[in-house]
Amino acid sequence: MHWYWIDRFTKFVSGKSAQTIKMVSRAEDHLADHFPFYPIMPASLMIEGLAQTGGLLIHEFRNFSAKVVLAKIQKITFYEEEVVPGDCLLYDAVADYINDEGSMISVSVQRNGKLIAEGVLVFAHLGDEYASQDLFSENELIDLVRAYGLFEVGVHPDGSRIIDPVLKNK
Amino acid sequence: MATKEEIFEGVREVLVDALAVEEDEVNPESTLVDDLGAESIDLLDIVFNLEKKFEIKIDRGEMIPEDLLTNAEYVQEGRLTEKGLAELKERLPFANLEAFSKNPMVQNISKILTVNDMCHIVESKLNA
Repeated sequence: MHWYWIDRFTKFVSGKSAQTIKMVSRAEDHLADHFPFYPIMPASLMIEGLAQTGGLLIHEFRNFSAKVVLAKIQKITFYEEEVVPGDCLLYDAVADYINDEGSMISVSVQRNGKLIAEGVLVFAHLGDEYASQDLFSENELIDLVRAYGLFEVGVHPDGSRIIDPVLKNK
Repeated sequence: MATKEEIFEGVREVLVDALAVEEDEVNPESTLVDDLGAESIDLLDIVFNLEKKFEIKIDRGEMIPEDLLTNAEYVQEGRLTEKGLAELKERLPFANLEAFSKNPMVQNISKILTVNDMCHIVESKLNA
């Protein structure tokens, strides 16, 4: 089973910011139970989508070699909006800090263009003591962000395109 | 230049946000771990927010000198030696090591950090 809670990247500036899109579909299994005949996208899964957006922003900046884990939701506020099938969510992640030890990422959710949640996530970059633990391999991560269309929209802060590392090494 | 009161207010604001504690729980003598319930990941969050609020740069090693704790010269059987304690005092001149010195187990070191120590770190950075 895979745990993908974003559909694709719509904007990406290396080390600075990322935006992903998530289309909420009635076909998603969890909506059958959350709640029966009253489907609402759980806020926790929106946080997961934000964490994936922010996490991949860090991974790309750290050349896919860091072991990045969501360590803490410093704060998050949802503005009493129900997200339902057919809605289009935009997840924004802006890097406040990315360094060797961790990252702090400001995040927000827009539903059909309206701000419905915002917060701050803290990520830890695991050190050498976790070297033997294979969380994600570099290649898996590159395949993942390629499938999310990162290399189609991604740029460096100077505006130049982010090149797929696999193509770059050929 | 920020006054001591302004620094304390800023540090308190960061701790209230990062640790979800009440303002009146944060006193200069409060220890981050035992009194305010900070975990190691919170320290990362606190450092990020102090850096942002005061526009300074803090190395994690300035709060907890981890390199010292893994150095066999300073640590024996999980305890800091006399030499280790002296080195620690030099690295953290502002910290009150009296209680820690009685039982200087490495795992207790993160418990010595107080709100006042955070203020000292910020103040020394602002004055640098």
